[in-house]
Order: sequence, then C-alpha cells, then structure tokens
Amino acid sequence: MADAVQTWLPGLQISARRSASRGLKQFLRHRSTIAFLMCLPLMIIIAALVIYPAFYSIYLSMLNKAQTRLVGLGNFTFLLSRDVFWMVVQQTAIFALTAVFFKALIGLVTAHLINNLPARGQRKWRGMLLVPWVIPLALSSLAWWWLFDPTHSAFNWIITGLGFHEIPWLSDPYWARFSVILVNVWYGAPFFLIMYLAALKSVPEQLYEAAAIDGANAWQKFRHITLPMMRNIIAITVLFSLIVTFANFDIVQIMTAGGPRNMTHVFATYAFMLGIRSGDLPLGAATSLFMFPILGIAAIFILRGVRKRGREIG
Amino acid sequence: MTSAALSAPAKRRLGARSSLRRNRRWALITSYVFLVIFAIFFLIPPYYMIVTAFKSDAEVAHMATNPWIIADGITLDQFRILLTQTDFLTFFKNTVIVTLCVVAITMVVSVLAAFSLGRMKFWGSSVLATGIFLTYLVPDTLLFIPLFQIVKAVGLLNSYWGMVLVYPTLTVPFCTWIMIGYFQSIPKELDEAALIDGASHMQMLTKIFIPVALPGIIAAMIFAFTVSWAAFVYPMAFLYSADQQVLTVGTVTSLIRADVYKWGMLMAGALLAAAPPLVIYAFLMDYYIAGLTAGATKG
Amino acid sequence: MAEVALRNVVKRFDEVEAVRSINLDIPDNEFVVLVGPSGCGKSTTLRMIAGLEEVTAGDIYIGGEIVNDLPPKDRDIAMVFQNYALYPHMTAFENMSFGLKLRRFPKDEIKRRVDNAARILDIAELLDRKPKALSGGQRQRVAMGRAIVRNPKVFLFDEPLSNLDAKLRVQMRTEIKRVHQMVKTTTVYVTHDQVEAMTLADRVVVMNGGAIEQIASPHDLYHNPKTRFVAGFIGSPAMNFIRCHMEQNGAGLRARISDKISLPVPASLTARYQPHSGKALILGLRPEHLTEPRRSDRDQNCEFDITLDVVEPMGMETMVYFTVDGQEICGRVDPGSAKGPGEVMRLHANMNHMHLIDPQTDAVL
Ligand SMILES: Nc1ncnc2c1ncn2[C@@H]1O[C@H](COP(=O)(O)OP(=O)(O)OP(=O)(O)O)[C@@H](O)[C@H]1O
Ligand SMILES: [Mg+2]
Repeated sequence: MADAVQTWLPGLQISARRSASRGLKQFLRHRSTIAFLMCLPLMIIIAALVIYPAFYSIYLSMLNKAQTRLVGLGNFTFLLSRDVFWMVVQQTAIFALTAVFFKALIGLVTAHLINNLPARGQRKWRGMLLVPWVIPLALSSLAWWWLFDPTHSAFNWIITGLGFHEIPWLSDPYWARFSVILVNVWYGAPFFLIMYLAALKSVPEQLYEAAAIDGANAWQKFRHITLPMMRNIIAITVLFSLIVTFANFDIVQIMTAGGPRNMTHVFATYAFMLGIRSGDLPLGAATSLFMFPILGIAAIFILRGVRKRGREIG
Repeated sequence: MTSAALSAPAKRRLGARSSLRRNRRWALITSYVFLVIFAIFFLIPPYYMIVTAFKSDAEVAHMATNPWIIADGITLDQFRILLTQTDFLTFFKNTVIVTLCVVAITMVVSVLAAFSLGRMKFWGSSVLATGIFLTYLVPDTLLFIPLFQIVKAVGLLNSYWGMVLVYPTLTVPFCTWIMIGYFQSIPKELDEAALIDGASHMQMLTKIFIPVALPGIIAAMIFAFTVSWAAFVYPMAFLYSADQQVLTVGTVTSLIRADVYKWGMLMAGALLAAAPPLVIYAFLMDYYIAGLTAGATKG
Repeated sequence: MAEVALRNVVKRFDEVEAVRSINLDIPDNEFVVLVGPSGCGKSTTLRMIAGLEEVTAGDIYIGGEIVNDLPPKDRDIAMVFQNYALYPHMTAFENMSFGLKLRRFPKDEIKRRVDNAARILDIAELLDRKPKALSGGQRQRVAMGRAIVRNPKVFLFDEPLSNLDAKLRVQMRTEIKRVHQMVKTTTVYVTHDQVEAMTLADRVVVMNGGAIEQIASPHDLYHNPKTRFVAGFIGSPAMNFIRCHMEQNGAGLRARISDKISLPVPASLTARYQPHSGKALILGLRPEHLTEPRRSDRDQNCEFDITLDVVEPMGMETMVYFTVDGQEICGRVDPGSAKGPGEVMRLHANMNHMHLIDPQTDAVL
C-alpha cells in the first residue's frame, strides 16, 4: 500500500525546490513589509513630532535670542545664574512632591473606603469621585480661580462667616503656592483612586480569607497582603503622576501665571513666559530641557515597573 | 444553676455575633461619612460652576448674599450672552473640528500600528513598542517650544489645523499602547483560523480584530477625544486670534475682556465646554475607566 | 486526489529542533492520528501541513503538489483548533460561512452548504447563536462545521477534544468518526490521548522527540510495537518492562526474571528469539497478560507465586502490583480471585504475547 502511495508522488526536482524556498522567502518578506507599512504612519509622527523636536530643542537652546548665532551653553549658564530660575526649581520640586504625596494618600484612602462598600454602591461613588479627572483641567482651574477670587471668594464667605480673617488665596505668595497644590491634588487624586481600586480588585479574595483564618486583623491584612500585592501599581502610578505633575502647566498658568513675584512658577509656565510671552525661544527651550533628565529617570523606572507587572500578570 | 451555666456561653456567642455585626455597621457608616466629605471636596468646583452660571450678573456681583446658592432665581441670561455676544460658538466649532480630526487620525494610525506590533512582528518591532511607551510619557510641556518653530515653519501658526498636526503626539502613543494590549489578548488561534479561512491581513484586521477588540477601540477613542478636547498648552502657545481659538484657551483668555470679569458668563462657558467629556463619561464610564487603567496594567 | 505526503520535513525554532526529518504518506480519505507525549512535535507537524509554520527543510505535498510556499488559504485545508477559535462576534452561521464569503461564493450556495453541514452535525437550531451562548460541545460542532462547509482536501484537527469533559469527549469522538465516514476527507488528527488515537485512526503515527517512532494500524501498534517507546506508550496501564536473562533450556528458551522465577518462551517464538539466547534483555509483558491462572490457554510452567504490594480494585477488574528484583510489576486480575496486599498470589503470564527488547537499542526484537 505504501508503494501505491509513492507512485503518485512526483520525483523531487531540485529546481522546483529552489524556487519554492525563494517564493517562501518572498512571502515572508511580504508579510513583514506589510507590518512595517502599517507602522509607518506612527513612526513618521513620532520621528517628525517627538524625536526631531527633541533634538531641535537642544540646538535651539544654544542660539541667541534672535536665533542668529550659536551661543553654546550660554542660555544654560544664564539661567543657572538667575535667582528666579532657582526659585522655579525649588517651587517645581515642592509642587510636584507635595501634590503627588497627597494625591497618593487621598487616592489610597478613598479607594479603600469605596472598596469597603457593598458592591452595588461602589459604581455610583466611583463615578462621582472621578469627576475632577474628567473635566478639562483648564476649565476647572478657571472655576477654582473664581472660588479664590480676591473680592468674591466663596471660601472666604464661609471663613469670615465663621469669624476668621479672609485668606489671600492667590495674592499672598505662600497661600498661592498652597492653592495651586490644592487644585492639583483635587485634580489628580481621582486618578490614583481609580488605579488603586483596579489594583485592589485584582487581589484574590482567597488571600484575605486565608489571612483571616490565620488570625490577621484589618491592619495586618493591609500591611501583609494589600500593600505587597499593590506595590508595583502604586510605584507606577506615583511615578506617572510625578511626571505629569512635574510638567504641569494649566493650573499655574490660569490661576497665578507664575505670580505673585514669580513664586508659583513651575518649569512649564516659566518656559512659556520666557519662550512664548517674551519671545526668547532659545531661553525657553533651555528651561524646558532642564526637565528632561528628571522625566527620563522617572520614565525608566515606570518602564521597569510596567514590564514587571506584565510578567506578574502574564 | 445549670441553666445559667449553659446559657452564659450561649449568650456570649450571641453577643459576639451581634457585636461583629455592629462593628461592620460602624465601619460602613464611617466609610460613608468620609466618602461624603471627599465627595464634597471633589464636587465643589463643578457645583460652584453650575451655581454661578445660572445666576444673574447682579447676584454674582452682590457680596453679601450666600454665594453657594441661587437666591434670585435661575436665569439663562449668561448662556444667552455667551452664545450671542461672544466667540464661544466659534471656539466650540473649532474644537469639534480639531477633536474629530484628531480622533480619526489617532484611531487609524494607532490601530494599524498596534495590529502590526501586537500581531505581525517585524525586525525591530519590540524596540518600537518600548519606544512608543516612552513617547507616551513625554509631557506636552517638554516640546512645545521646538514645536512652535515647526508649526511656524509649515505655516500653521495661529491655525487650528496646526492643532490637528500636533495633538496626535499626545494621543497616538497611548492609544497604540493600549491597543497592543487588547490585540495581544486575542487568542492566536483566531487569526490562524482567519488565515486558513482565506482572510488577508487587512481583512483579518477589519473583520476579526477590530470587532473583537471593540471595547478597547472605544476606550482608546474616548481617551483621544478627552485629550484633544482638554489640550491647553499647544493652543495657548500656537493660537492667538479668536477665530482660530479652541474652547479651553478661548474660555480662559478671550472671554476675559475688561478688568471686570463676567464670572457668570465665564462659568456658563466653562460648563458648556466641559459638558461633552462629562456626557461621554456619564454614558461610557466603564470604557473610560478601562482605558485609564489599561496603561499600567497591560503591556 | 487529496493525498498528503511529508518528505524529510524538518522544523527548527532557533535552537530547538521541534521536528527532525519525518516522512509520512497519507493516502486519500485516510484518517491518520498523530499521537505522542507533550512537546514531541505533533502540533508543529500539523501546523506545517496547514501552512501556519514554514518548513525549515523538506517538502510537503498536498494532492501531489509541493505546497511549501503556499499560504494557508491556498492549500485547500481546514483546521479545527483545541480552543475552537470561533470568531466571538459572529453567529454560528457567520462563523461557518466566513471562509466561503471571503472566497466570494454565491449566497445560496453558502446557505446550502452551511445547512448541509448543520444537518450532519445536528446544530441546525443553533445557527444564529453567538459562540458565547453555546456549550463546549456545541462550539466544537460549529468549529467542525466551519471546516466541513469548505469541503477542503484535508481536515486538520489539533487536539479538538481536549477542552471537553470526559463524557462529552467520548460522545464527540464518535461524532468525529461518524462525520468522517459521511464526508470521507483525508484527515490528520493530533492528540495526546491514546484512546482517541486507537478508536479514531485508520493508521496511527506515534511521535517522540520530534521523530516518528512507528506508523501502523491501531491493531498492529498494540500487538507489534517496533520500539520500547511505542510498547510503553500504547496501552494503559503501561506495559511492564522486566529485566531478564535469556537461557537455553534444551531446544527451548526460558526468560529468567529472578532467581526463583523463569518463564518459558512459547515454541512458536523460539526460532525468532533463538539468536538472543544467553543475553541480558528486557521482557515486555502487558498487565492484561499477567492474570490469575485461567482455564483456557493455561500453562503450568508460566505460573509463579508472588507477594502483592498494592491492590487496586477498578470494578471490572483489579490491578495488583508486586515487586520482582526491585522492579514494580502490574498484573490485571479478576476481582473475585484477587488477594489482599501482603498476601501471596499465584499469577499466570501469557507468554504468547511477550515482547523482547534490546536494552542497548530499545528496539523490539
Ligand atoms: N513558536 C515556537 N518557538 C519556539 N519553540 C517552539 C515553538 N512552537 C513549538 N516549539 C517547541 O517545539 C516543540 C514541539 O512543540 P509542539 O507544539 O509541536 O508539541 P506538541 O507535540 O503539540 O505538544 P502538546 O501535546 O503539548 O501540544 C516543543 O519543544 C516546543 O517547545
Ligand atoms: Mg500541541
């Protein structure tokens, strides 16, 4: 029977085989060509509007104001010699670190509170508490500005009603710093809430049951189960929020535009003032570039965290 | 005596059970109390926006009355002035055009790229995927100054088409990233079955992957929509005349004319400008949240 | 004409050689089952026939033509996957008709074919349900329907029943057999379940470590395994492998397995095993040929007494385990005659079914 099968088989022809393998190679090349072409629009966008501007920014930062000649690191040394610049560095650091800390804290607390509720009510509360994140930040900053209005502040109406002095929310430099941080916390805490809530839901219920049988109380459960299981996602969220907060523009630009006395400027608003408002693009570019190393380090850690979490899940 | 001895542990057990229940009830009540406090904090600005938008100018300016309530009756005057005497409708139209274009561009570019990177693979594709993730972490405030020069060079300074050009840098990387995740979660056998059924790569994408990954597509679209609707830095830097302005910048700059802020009208504008994202959020909350959390949990 | 042939087919994944030069001829209408342990290259072989993996070397013929460089859609094959791979957003009807629609078949022809397949598979009422609304067995039928409507030259199955529960698996097994008898298409079927292989196949291909160990009909495979691997793989519980010494006993031979026990080689086999006299070999004996002495084919010389270690009643029969010379041996006895653990029992070895294996080459002699 095997012989019968053999008979219909054509003899092996070397030439046929060669062309076959060449055809296959062509087919494969074809496939990866399609894949490459599908990626091309994305690559063009990234190359032309992210990578090119990044390098162009370095070049730009080494020109003089009129962009007529190279001044080397002149813009950088100029910035480093200015007190205002150092104040911006300091304020950006205070702004980002304080805001992220309170965002993370409030996010964690609210996520736990919601997670404690009966399952049916959770959706409603989650939906309500995420609203600050959904409103475009420029518009909610405007509303906050109105709440802080020097003459009509609705907060001050309550405060004076209670018999206290009015608070100069945006006109006193230190209160202004407090206010912009407050608004940033208000805006960013819901993001933490959502991330934590998703992470909390991904902790298997059996772990808590096993811990309960082992006699763990609520704090011990949090300390030994919830925190370790969520460590990675907390780290990713904090780093991500650090980048976004560090580079924030909307809140400060709208509420104080950097004032009073430049005390609330962050990198982005300072660069905007120098580069766009005063028309010194090279100096503005140099200011922005100071953000780059810090953002880069945060980005690398995020990438590591995401990879690790991908492995844990997969 | 025996009955007392018997009933003591029984009573204790009963007591323990009811105290457990009481504890749980107290925990719940505490949770609600704190949640209400946080909810008040989170909802003050939108609430105040609404309250101000429906007040008359006279009431807004009046300093003695309670600003937190509408005492003189609801009026739509602010909206009428906003829509008839300002450029608000132009801003709205510009924003709609920009957003629709950006969403369309984003979806085409990122779905194609995600399909290619998540499924087909080619030389260097994993490096590219990492690169996309890093691009998504680049904030808009890092590159707006060099982009100013580029937008100027292509002649789109002070034109909302310039926004259509630069917004995709904010939307495409993230959308691609989450679509890669969604596409990779589709079992490999599905495209092999399609391949055997005779589908080309394009048919596989349009007939199988897009319908199956529809929730991911919706989440990505919502993301692209909200980002381009809310973008602020680029229009602030690249647009300056009212006929080209978009809602975010238009509301906070152009509407503020004189030294006296027309807060009622400003809040009416902010409210209308914030409405589309809020409406989408209200109806598609689950997709919205899925998109939000996907960045860190997929990949 | 829908013969399938593999000529010196090799598949290498970077370092791993998943398939090493296999040759296989499958005549028209035959049902061939590839069976073997996990990771032996069954799926890889099947996927190379389907065109989902390219061959590293060698040729694949379908219907007499080399198909190495043809994409799957042009090979005129249909495949059924372990996880069904039904398109979740399409109804059963759409799932089954998708391939025909892509090939631009006329609407009424599509409908005719789908209805026909639905009738064969008894899923006519399920046609407008989506996969989510179908049970595992029903999904499996739809997946088979998708293959049938195409009326391809070859059916390829990759462990199609592994995701089903035991009862359904038996039922679907019969179903697949019935469908094959109705549509008579060349079929290559991959499984790691030897019962499936034995019941379904016209011929079984046993694979191990990327190579073919033996190709034979189920009956042949059971009675005449060619290698120690096949002997041990087919049959459950597995064949006992017992070290033995082949002793000359006048004109006959005896296999000595311990100081006390030596078993006579039947006269019919003496000539075959004569050259191995005096060597240390391995005696292969299936548990079903190691029973309590029965009235028929009883041979006093083949009986011996041993002490049982473990006794496992299975209902219809009882497995008894004992040790000879440090090797655990399994026998299959009538529940009525089984003794308890630690007790002595007399067993009878049916030496007509013995196998001798060369420990150096692992070949069955
Ligand atoms: N895409 C791949 N890349 C690298 N190695 C692979 C790939 N696919 C399969 N292999 C390897 O090839 C070998 C054979 O795999 P194959 O899937 O054919 O096994 P199988 O016999 O189908 O096993 P199972 O019963 O588990 O399905 C395995 O060692 C496997 O690890
Ligand atoms: Mg397999």
